[in-house]
Amino acid sequence: MMSVPMEHGMTLVALLWAVGLIGLLARRNTLFMLMSMEIMLNAAALAFILAGSHWQQADGQVIYIVIITVAAAEVGIGLALLIRLRQHIQDLNIDNLDRLKG
Amino acid sequence: MIAESLFYLSGAIALIASIMVITNKNAVHALLYLVVSLLALAMCFYLLGAPFAAALQIIVYAGAIMVLFVFALMLFNINSDDIKRESKWLQWQGWVGPALLVLVLLFEITYLLQFHPVWSAEPVQLIDARSVGTLLFGPYLLAVEIASFLLLAGLVGGYHLAKKMPDKDKQT
Repeated sequence: MMSVPMEHGMTLVALLWAVGLIGLLARRNTLFMLMSMEIMLNAAALAFILAGSHWQQADGQVIYIVIITVAAAEVGIGLALLIRLRQHIQDLNIDNLDRLKG
Repeated sequence: MIAESLFYLSGAIALIASIMVITNKNAVHALLYLVVSLLALAMCFYLLGAPFAAALQIIVYAGAIMVLFVFALMLFNINSDDIKRESKWLQWQGWVGPALLVLVLLFEITYLLQFHPVWSAEPVQLIDARSVGTLLFGPYLLAVEIASFLLLAGLVGGYHLAKKMPDKDKQT
């Protein structure tokens, strides 16, 4: 059904990943940084699905399942850390973390 | 060909929604756009011949992980000006953009299911859940074990980090 060239799909992957990286670097709110990391993980997942579809192997989807597991664990730990952070300093600005004392 | 243009449309929606995520100031609106981006990527997966991955993307990502985000967001904002903020959220302007993008996705999936189902007679190279499953519990068994360890570590770490630490809180 699909005959999307590999280059176009990979361009979409690169653009999505770049958007995530820009968000990670530009935003100072830790919640938005986590969301940017989600975007980057999704770009990686799209790359694997694309490659699996291109070579007609199911390996891409297996790695996709691993990626989704990593994302779930990362979000759980990250949001728990953010809740702790919120109790210590009153906002989520990551620049305030340079005065971590107890 | 119509399927390729649908792929490009979904990719464009994912890109636009991602850009809106990182440029939005309101965290709830950014979460809405993130859900739209995930749904658009699920559409891309479906068009690439991976319906199992598309279903997982919707259930696990757009369902579970986003609910986790929303819960954490609600936990962050416990203070006095709740009512003012909620009345601000209920304005319709913030919901129009995600709703429009999702509407385009809805038209896409309706059109696909109506006229070009993946299981139709077209020469579709479909990778179904069966082949993924046999691969997952055959040569990739170690990956499943590692994923289970990772999820257990995430569970224990999340519980330990998010619970109250009475000694610490008394000292500070």
